[in-house]
Amino acid sequence: MEFAFSDEQEMIRESAESFLADVSDSAAVRAAMASDLGHDPALWQRVCSEMVWPAIHIPEAYGGLGLGFVELAILLEQMGRRLFCSPFFASACLATPALLLGGSEAQKAKWLPQLADGSLTGTLAYASNSRNGLDSVQANVREEGKGFVLDGKLRQVVDGHNANLLIVAARGSEGIGLFVIPADTPGISRRLVPTLDQTRKLAEVELNHVYVGADAALGASGQGGELLEKILQLACVALAAEQTGGAQQALDLTLAYTAERQQFGRAIASFQAIKHRAADMMLEVECARSAALYAACVAEEVLAGNGDPDVAAELPLAAALAKSRCSEAFFHCAAESIQLHGGVGFTWEYDPHLYFKRARASEALFGAPSWHRERIAVALLGEYA
Amino acid sequence: MKISFSEADEAFRREVANWLADNLRGEFEQLRFRGGPGDEHSFPEERKAWERKLAEGGWTCVGWAPEHGGRGLSINQQVIFHEEYARAGGPGRMGHIGEGLAGPTIAAFGTDDQKRRLLPGIVAGTEFWCQGYSEPAAGSDLANVKTRAVLENGQWRISGQKVWTSLAHESEWCFVIARTEAGSVGHQGLSFLLVPMHQPGITVRPIEQLTGTSEFNEVFFDEALTDADNILGAPGDGWKIAMALLGFERGVSTLGQQMLFQNELEEIIQIARANGAARDPLLRQRIAEAWGGLRILRYNSLRMLSGAQDGGLRREAMIYKLCWANWHVALGKLAMDVLGPDAELLEGGPYELGRLQSMFLFSRSDSIYGGTNEIQRNIIAERALGMPREPRVRT
Repeated sequence: MEFAFSDEQEMIRESAESFLADVSDSAAVRAAMASDLGHDPALWQRVCSEMVWPAIHIPEAYGGLGLGFVELAILLEQMGRRLFCSPFFASACLATPALLLGGSEAQKAKWLPQLADGSLTGTLAYASNSRNGLDSVQANVREEGKGFVLDGKLRQVVDGHNANLLIVAARGSEGIGLFVIPADTPGISRRLVPTLDQTRKLAEVELNHVYVGADAALGASGQGGELLEKILQLACVALAAEQTGGAQQALDLTLAYTAERQQFGRAIASFQAIKHRAADMMLEVECARSAALYAACVAEEVLAGNGDPDVAAELPLAAALAKSRCSEAFFHCAAESIQLHGGVGFTWEYDPHLYFKRARASEALFGAPSWHRERIAVALLGEYA
Repeated sequence: MKISFSEADEAFRREVANWLADNLRGEFEQLRFRGGPGDEHSFPEERKAWERKLAEGGWTCVGWAPEHGGRGLSINQQVIFHEEYARAGGPGRMGHIGEGLAGPTIAAFGTDDQKRRLLPGIVAGTEFWCQGYSEPAAGSDLANVKTRAVLENGQWRISGQKVWTSLAHESEWCFVIARTEAGSVGHQGLSFLLVPMHQPGITVRPIEQLTGTSEFNEVFFDEALTDADNILGAPGDGWKIAMALLGFERGVSTLGQQMLFQNELEEIIQIARANGAARDPLLRQRIAEAWGGLRILRYNSLRMLSGAQDGGLRREAMIYKLCWANWHVALGKLAMDVLGPDAELLEGGPYELGRLQSMFLFSRSDSIYGGTNEIQRNIIAERALGMPREPRVRT
């Protein structure tokens, strides 16, 4: 047991921290969020070619770096701190794990190298209503000839307006199925939807008699639901790491501001009314970090082909815990950040609202905390009856 | 990063579990799950006998260096020992203040002679220690110690009062922070004295707590004596040593504490399943929250211990007390809410509490002793977050 970063992991953290401080400052985030694309394509090129981040957890056989989910989580925490606007989350944390877990050899060989070098970005489109998890899968699939036809309207698809590759979930006679579909396939239309949090773009994806070949089907027939569950759990773990970074930065912004702001002849950071709230924020951040890191260690075993099965079996609860705690920590810290900035915390000019809105949106993505807690409750107490 | 234990460590886990299964029985059976916070007053003599039994097996002071009589276990194996001990229902350790606080402090600051005289009794489970820090006027403001000691004829002569002293009436020794420099104030002029408890100059008076039981005491020093060489460090080093000791307090034993918490949570879950509380959606949320909070306490400890090698007080260590105190206070209330109307009925008269009732009431001390939540927040804000210190009022 060694629950701490190795020297190499520490180096990955430091290089991500300094790179992002440089390229994803407040002005860069604001420029990206005002654009329809939602990110700076030139910067994304640098991320892919210089930093090679999309390749980090892809095996070397498919053009990746062959590192694991812990390294991925390290990057995500730093991206969360800087509200980094890029296709990284959708592509590396939704589409890539879907292919790693469910892809055939041919699918992996075809798609993973392109996702690794960033020439392609992907995302996951699964929900058609406002329910959570598998209950939200309502798009329709039926077999036709040697392939499949898909219909339906998929909502809140992360970066769905610009991803090149869609992992689509739909219901058919075999239950839930997953499909790898290039976004330019005839019958697909996509529309960016305006959102409360402008730092992460969501799109509506409409499937109108979309025909795909048999080689588009991901995973074994009849096991799509299980596969989707696992993809969503990994997505929760990834998001939890990102949320931890956001919570940390909301605290750091608050510390910087309260150290500078003078009232009653002293820095407001010297008042216990402020200090105790900052201490509680740190408590939340550290607990979030612990939950996220532990879940990342579990996810690592899930993603690795030959991972420890006992550890991998912890994924459902570890993901539920990480997602619920990190969501609440981020929201708490972002809300406190507005309050402790006082009047300027309510302005568009200062950054706390960017974190507050990202926190709100992330909290709801892939299931709100109460939904995840109920899943834990089912494991402890049995089904709600 | 690795969250599982090695084969060798798992084999060690079985060794600990087997020893406990073979020895925590017969006369010791009645001690299972007894003692510890909230129940510290139970079976003192039997639990001292158990300490000697542990010592025979080499299971006291497992983390101490072999040169001090310890087993020299790795951090991972210490974690495993404490987990298995708590899982087996090992009784609250009568020796924990000696093993966890006094011993490591003597090992770090003591002379060779002091180590030779004092450490073996702790390892053997024959000499027990209590902590003389708090006073009526020195609670959160610990530096406001008034107890005085003067060196006369080769002995320290000590007068004053300590309070909230656990196990004082069961201890052979007390480590006392006393003011040895007349007229000094605050952190200056304090010394760390080692004082034998069995002497006419010391009176122990139990404090009746809101639980109706007494495990904390007042200790009165009326010209109590200890030999001149029973001072740790030099006169005036008291504050430095007192603070270093608090650093030893956070460590592997937190994992054992969490196993006790786990037992409490499991009891609550069983009751919820049996009495229908598991059908209340809000209680379901709180039970899941409690489960998650306990997992996080464990992860925090593992982070703290994995980083312990590089020394220093890490951020994780600074949040630990506040974190578990909050969690346990909430668990106490959850236990009562799950019990529902039954929570009100005692096991017997005049005030015999059930385990969860006792936990509920005792948990209210968790956010007070060992540094109140408010003091913990000051420490976190000032030392971990670098916020300005509270301006001092000049007196």
